[in-house]
Amino acid sequence: MRDAAVAQAPRITPKVSSEDWIMRAVLVGIALYLTVSILLPLYAILSKSFKNADGLFVGLANYVNFFSTPALFWSIENSLTVTLICCVIVVTLAFIYAYALTRTCIPFKSLFKGVALLPILMPSLLPAIALVYLFGNQGIIKDWLFGYEIYGPIGIVMGECFYVFPHVLTIMLIAMANSDARLYEASDALGASKIKTFFTVTLPSVRYGLVSAFFVCFTLVITDFGVPKVVGGKYNVLATDIYKQVVGRQDFEMGAVVSMVLLLPALFAFAADRIVQRRQVALLSARAVPYQPKKNRVVDTAMLAFCCLIGLILVSILGMACFASFAKFWPYDLSLSLKHYNFDLMDGGSWNAYWNSIELAAWTAVIGTAMVFTGAYLVEKSKGFHSGRAAMQLLCMIPMAVPGLVLGLAYVFFFNAPNNPLGFLYHTMPILVICTVTHFYTVAHLTAATALKQLDGEFESVSQSLKVPFYKTFFRITVPVCMPAILDISMYLFVNAMTTVSAVVFLYSPDTALASVAILNMDDAGDVAPAAAMGMMIVGTAAAVRLVHAGLTRGILARTQAWRKR
Amino acid sequence: MANDNNGEAYLRVRNLTKKFGEFTALKNVSLDVSEGEFVCFLGPSGCGKTTLLRAIAGLDIQTMGTVEQAGRDISALPPNERDFGIVFQSYALFPNLSVTRNIGYGLENRNMPKADIAARVSDLLDLVGLRDHATKYPSQLSGGQQQRVALARALATSPGLLLLDEPLSALDAKVRVHLRHEIKELQEKIGITTIMVTHDQEEALAMADRIVVMNHGVIEQVGSPEDIYADPASPFVADFIGTTNFVDGEVQAGGRVSVAGVAIDCGAALDGLNPGDMVTVCIRPEDVQVSTEGGGAGIPVTITDVEFLGSFHRCHVMPVNGAGQTFGKDIDFMIDLSAGRARDLGIREGMAVQAALPPEFVRIYRPVGGG
Ligand SMILES: Nc1ncnc2c1ncn2[C@@H]1O[C@H](COP(=O)(O)OP(=O)(O)O)[C@@H](O)[C@H]1O
Ligand SMILES: [Mg+2]
Repeated sequence: MRDAAVAQAPRITPKVSSEDWIMRAVLVGIALYLTVSILLPLYAILSKSFKNADGLFVGLANYVNFFSTPALFWSIENSLTVTLICCVIVVTLAFIYAYALTRTCIPFKSLFKGVALLPILMPSLLPAIALVYLFGNQGIIKDWLFGYEIYGPIGIVMGECFYVFPHVLTIMLIAMANSDARLYEASDALGASKIKTFFTVTLPSVRYGLVSAFFVCFTLVITDFGVPKVVGGKYNVLATDIYKQVVGRQDFEMGAVVSMVLLLPALFAFAADRIVQRRQVALLSARAVPYQPKKNRVVDTAMLAFCCLIGLILVSILGMACFASFAKFWPYDLSLSLKHYNFDLMDGGSWNAYWNSIELAAWTAVIGTAMVFTGAYLVEKSKGFHSGRAAMQLLCMIPMAVPGLVLGLAYVFFFNAPNNPLGFLYHTMPILVICTVTHFYTVAHLTAATALKQLDGEFESVSQSLKVPFYKTFFRITVPVCMPAILDISMYLFVNAMTTVSAVVFLYSPDTALASVAILNMDDAGDVAPAAAMGMMIVGTAAAVRLVHAGLTRGILARTQAWRKR
Repeated sequence: MANDNNGEAYLRVRNLTKKFGEFTALKNVSLDVSEGEFVCFLGPSGCGKTTLLRAIAGLDIQTMGTVEQAGRDISALPPNERDFGIVFQSYALFPNLSVTRNIGYGLENRNMPKADIAARVSDLLDLVGLRDHATKYPSQLSGGQQQRVALARALATSPGLLLLDEPLSALDAKVRVHLRHEIKELQEKIGITTIMVTHDQEEALAMADRIVVMNHGVIEQVGSPEDIYADPASPFVADFIGTTNFVDGEVQAGGRVSVAGVAIDCGAALDGLNPGDMVTVCIRPEDVQVSTEGGGAGIPVTITDVEFLGSFHRCHVMPVNGAGQTFGKDIDFMIDLSAGRARDLGIREGMAVQAALPPEFVRIYRPVGGG
């Protein structure tokens, strides 16, 4: 019988071609990079939290110390309080704003959308500084707080709401845009009232978006450092505690402990969000019909008023910072001057810092985009080597779960360790680039993976059958077709490298001072107006980069529309 | 099964097994393809056709078993060390390259002088009739034109073997029939050994020199279209290709089978069966012979329904025996009559006729699932 022969037949071991080896080598290279730039530092900070100042293992002693010091563990409660308040406020406001932009017939939708995205262009320090000008001791509308102080939870909540609004809004817009018009028609046909339709159709259809928005907001607020640093006053939160322990008291072990405490909720929110997102994908795969809003005088007017109000608040906070940076001597001499832009005369600031930031952002954009896109390509398109690709996929997700401050401190412990051969990187521009690329790796990776998934899965097979090496097809087909996504990724990395404070605040040296850190230091030194001025430089640069990006994207789409149109 | 004795085979597949985890997609498949032959893998969706094709291409290498091409063992080689051109169901045309550059893609990497590449691409453009569209991008072409670009790209490097995975299934019916002929003519003209995957029996019958009928990861039958149609090796093949009546029968002594209470001569087809065995009797609707004079050979039936299907009539019939005889549970027995024959017989609903099952057209199988 033949079956007997089957049992004996040897298994075939596919020959691994030289191209496969190249792919695997590059994939392993990027995986090694991520291991060195995130896993090992995380291990370093974790082990630091179990050691004393002399490097001896002390078990949970540091944690016991943390939880028996009320001043420290109350920060947990403070952090959670302001974070949850922010989540409720921002998710509600962003939901209504997104509803107005997608489900009503208000005019100027793209203007409102643009205005809402403004906060993305600045470090969170800047809105906090603007709040000081508005509500601080010499603030122009400090009476509006009815005698309460801006320094403390009120200021933190206001600043964070401003800072996270665009991130939450983006998620809500995606969730709303994908709702199915057919459900609304059905609801109409059944004679359901507007209110009832809202609760039976609108809310359920965006429930995953709402949950996801909540977790993103939670993570951003609890890990943000810029706002509480400027307007936190004596109200301690976890993020500022890490900074104070390390920079103020030089207590690195306690800094590590607080970092671990901060990592926990961030990890939890991250995991929960991933689970929710997976469900949302399943929800969307059904063929939906896009919803076309109908005119409704009352709703449209109310929504327009709401959007105008939110837009006005957003613009006036940025406007305040802008004005403060030009006012000669707040609040006594409000004539305009450029003197606060003379950073070289200030304590903690310099034009050098600005140019360093540009350099950091450019390197981050170039190196980060190349690495992220190549990595995503190999994960998505290479054949075989399943364990390697799965491990890489996991590695790519870790950076998102790690707060910037924790990452930065982890780098201090890892790269500054006396026996680390990579120690020469410490206090250099490369370490800032490595840290920033890693910090923003996950979102960039997901963008690249999404774009790559839309390509025909057989391009690689065809090119193999034609004996064209994969890298030629990569450069001639994959990269040009994905160019819009590649531009998106590089802009995302550039803007974030310009605005980030949290990770790099532990890593810069006098030679590699950065603009965002300069804001922090000048604010600390009492040079608040120059701090605002530096913030405006970042805003202007980020806005210019966005414009260039929009122009490039439009140009590429126009030039290639012959083959892009469907 | 496969024609093992063929020493001249260009492609030789032996005992191929492919597992996806626990699931076995191909079980011990063996097959020979001669040089210049056009072979179709035919079978229902999910039966393993694409898996077999991709194993031959080296895109998803088999778990066990060997593949030889032109006398070379290529079982473990990656695709770029094999010699084939392939067209996918999606065509996988490069969207950012013009028709010309798509077709020339495989040539540009071979140190060929630019002029030679241009000449070769130009020949191919003529071959597939796309000269007027040379500078367009894939998205500016119709489905049929895209398909021909993919074909030209696969042929450009003059591979020894052409693999086509459902190349026509993304097209609408009319274009499909037209392209069927074009592909077949092209293949005959260049004489390239070709394997095409399809789930459309008409396509396979019209195009293939030889058809490989597959089901559940095994080859059910290999043969010319005529053989497979006239002499299906299993009830599955009989059912999958063309239309067949399956009726219950019981073996009787003397090489006869009783169907609906009437004994039919079957002779040698019953070798190895004993009287009393239950069998499945198959006959194609057009092979049933109908006569109107009562008392003749055959099963007396009543026509319950007549469908007019253009060139022929399809009659659905029931036995009229008094003893409550049937063809079997829920069996719809069909007879096809040419329009002329139906007119001669005056076929109409409710009419009683004799349906004879000529032994040369009758096939006997052990009951499906039993035996
Ligand atoms: N990569 C894979 N992983 C797991 N199962 C697969 C994979 N590819 C195919 N299969 C399974 O193998 C069987 C045969 O698939 P395929 O060869 O694509 O069928 P078809 O005859 O329609 O081309 C199917 O049941 C399919 O689900
Ligand atoms: Mg298939």
